[in-house]
Amino acid sequence: MNQIDVSLVDWSRAQFALTAMYHWLFVPLTLGLGLIMSIMETIYYRTGDEKWKRTAKFWMKLFGVNFAVGVATGIILEFEFGTNWSNYSWFVGDIFGAPLAIEGIVAFFLEATFIAVMYFGWTKVSKRFHLASTWLTVGGATLSALWILVANAWMQYPAGMGFNPDTVRNEMESFWAVALSPMAINKFFHTVISSWTLGAAFVAGVSSWYLLKKREKVFALDSIKVAVLVGITGIVLSWVTGDGSGNQVAEKQPMKLAAMEGLYDGGNGVGLVAAAILTPGKQYNDSQDPYIFKIEFPKMLSFLANRDFNSFVPGINDLVKGGYSTPDGPALSIDQKIEKGKIARAALAEYSVAKKANDTERAADAKQRLEANFDHFGYAYFNSPADAIPNVPLVFYAFRVMVILAGFFLLLFIVVWYYSAKNKFANTPWLQWVCLLSIPLAYITSQAGWIVAEVGRQPWAIQDILPVGAAISNISAASVKLTFFVFLILFTVLLIAELSIMLKQIKAGPEKIDEGNEGY
Amino acid sequence: MDYSFYQHYWWFLVSLLGALLVFLLFVQGGQSQIYTLGKEKRELDLLFNSLAKKWELTFTTLVTFGGAFFASFPLFYSTSFGGAYWVWMLILFSFVIQSVGYEFMNKQGNFLGNKTYKLFLFLNGALAPILLGAAVSTLFFGAEFVVQKDNLASGGMPVISSWQNALHGLEAVGNLWNVAFGVAVFFLSRSLGGLYFINNIQDEGIRKNSRKHLLYNAVLFLLFFLPYLINLLLKSGLAENATTGVIAEESYKYFSNLLANPWILVLLLVGVVLVLYGFIRSVFSAKFIYGIWYAGPGVVLVVLSLLLIAGFGGTAYYPSLVDAQSSLTIANSSSSLFTLKAMSVVSLLIPFVLAYIWYVWRALDKK
Repeated sequence: MNQIDVSLVDWSRAQFALTAMYHWLFVPLTLGLGLIMSIMETIYYRTGDEKWKRTAKFWMKLFGVNFAVGVATGIILEFEFGTNWSNYSWFVGDIFGAPLAIEGIVAFFLEATFIAVMYFGWTKVSKRFHLASTWLTVGGATLSALWILVANAWMQYPAGMGFNPDTVRNEMESFWAVALSPMAINKFFHTVISSWTLGAAFVAGVSSWYLLKKREKVFALDSIKVAVLVGITGIVLSWVTGDGSGNQVAEKQPMKLAAMEGLYDGGNGVGLVAAAILTPGKQYNDSQDPYIFKIEFPKMLSFLANRDFNSFVPGINDLVKGGYSTPDGPALSIDQKIEKGKIARAALAEYSVAKKANDTERAADAKQRLEANFDHFGYAYFNSPADAIPNVPLVFYAFRVMVILAGFFLLLFIVVWYYSAKNKFANTPWLQWVCLLSIPLAYITSQAGWIVAEVGRQPWAIQDILPVGAAISNISAASVKLTFFVFLILFTVLLIAELSIMLKQIKAGPEKIDEGNEGY
Repeated sequence: MDYSFYQHYWWFLVSLLGALLVFLLFVQGGQSQIYTLGKEKRELDLLFNSLAKKWELTFTTLVTFGGAFFASFPLFYSTSFGGAYWVWMLILFSFVIQSVGYEFMNKQGNFLGNKTYKLFLFLNGALAPILLGAAVSTLFFGAEFVVQKDNLASGGMPVISSWQNALHGLEAVGNLWNVAFGVAVFFLSRSLGGLYFINNIQDEGIRKNSRKHLLYNAVLFLLFFLPYLINLLLKSGLAENATTGVIAEESYKYFSNLLANPWILVLLLVGVVLVLYGFIRSVFSAKFIYGIWYAGPGVVLVVLSLLLIAGFGGTAYYPSLVDAQSSLTIANSSSSLFTLKAMSVVSLLIPFVLAYIWYVWRALDKK
């Protein structure tokens, strides 16, 4: 019998992670910078002051450079669902494909059409039409994020669907349950709003560079005023929506939460780990202390997870062994879930045979067993509980990096806002340096968040229903390895080109008011 | 309206998107002949700037075409993309390098140099039409794959769609008809590119050159396309028996589909007339600049009609060359009725989308 090639799964994951992480270098800046430049153009529209047009146009130039590479990496992602995850595409395509199609129809054309007006339309359309086009470009990008995040949230919390054994796939039963699931809404706001923070950090950092160089003082201070307002709004709301995310993860993906905390043995009144070093090589079934050292906020994890300081939070070992109380009764162990998954899978096979033999009674019986155990269908592909546990150190440290840096940015934007409001920012070089050096930190925060979300949910492509190992295409690992390196080289070259162009554009600074430079 | 209606409706929409994509390949056709049509820097700038305002529409249509195909016929997405891996990867690669070309090529510090990005655009202009054409041709001439949904219940290899050769799509060039169609689409895109330049750029030198090369490209297009079309109408196809569900070969299947759906035949004939009118008048009339507005819609109608006869009438729109019963039809590869209905509501936005694209296009082309 053919077996899944483990290296194929690994290379397919690596390729998707590579594409997604490169894509995610560009998307947050598109969303964040897009909002900021739209606000700037709105100020220009309302005041008629040419300096705001000049300011908006400068940031639009950087937006365009960034947008191009975002588009390049985005198209690969969409098609990789088919090229590298073909089983996934069939098994859940009935649900997952719809947001992708809606994204194309509703969002992509909006941004692709109006971005042309944004760049080429300054002298061809009215000020009002141009402003609308800028907002529609950013709105299109945000709508695009909405639909792909709806799809992503559904993978983490499958809702509004049912399995059809006749077609051997999951089928949508409620569009609104998919589109408006609490996880989708929270994920959308958290992702988009945190992107505003990155955009604000970028604008504040670049503007600070001008101040350090004693160039473009008015432009830089105006830019910082807008950026800091967007930044404070973004970071405060990111904390609020991040809390919502944590609460949902506790409810729907307890294994991810346990990995985020490095929590092996849960309990009541569990503390939130503020900082720690994990014991290298720690396994779920050994007796090593998970932490070499740790500092924690007592009972906070229980509170954040369940809004109750004394509530029970399961650790990895609890999830493996089961038996603790849940609202649905005693939790199943992973072994029990594997058993149920295998019953479901065998029932599916039997259903197929019975249908072909026109044995309706046997088919009905098999279908009943399948439906009774389908919630754990994906566990059938596991051999041991270890298969159900994500990479704990990576998720744990990525979560800490994200949270610590999010705290830093909250503080930074408050300080910048204070100095800006007191008109002291221009004379505070240390703060300008901090802003400049914070640009890469914003990207690290954003990437760390993505790692928590995506590595934390491993090994699932669809939570509990389809593990990544069963979601792949039947191609050779060597083929995927080759395309992985092709994309690695290509994306790296494009990233270098993008950075190089951006640095040149920044060095050149905003154009003179009457330059009116359009086109390529 | 039953399940079959929605399946056919979505096949129509996907076909329409595919047809619009072929029309919008004028961007690629333009890219592949910029240095043929322009010599001086001023001319080259005009040509690049003209395409720079439109390339995103082609790109977005490709992405939407992929998304719509995924959403409405996920088994095709799963089977073709996961199987013909190398063809789709090459297509993607060519579009990735295009997407940075316009934005980066004239920017200082672009790292690879201006000429590299122009080469990217040329490569995309040459490769994308040929590869997309060859890939579309496999909808008629088939591919080597097997679909076994029962595999999902297997403990070993759960993947349901498997390609049956190691070339993973590259073997399509072994069928000369696929190659012919790819080449036909290449010359079609160049013809449309020429028509677009004639319409969009007010420069007598470029217009004169475009008309001259339109003649060559259009003749070469017809030389490759007409034999392909005749062969298609004469060849057999796989089709599902509505009673037994068995997929078997039927003689003159595509021609029969045309006769069974006279409105598609009308679309095809009107499309051919429009294309020929757009070509011929643009070549022979030095003042006629509206050829793109005849040939463009004509191409949409011709491609739409070809794609419709590929799927309508129970035809296997993706025939398997190794296991006829694995072939994909509209009925056996579509999304569920619920999903098709939900997406049909969203599809009502398409006229609105087309309307604002048209409005913006006109606004930007104002002199």
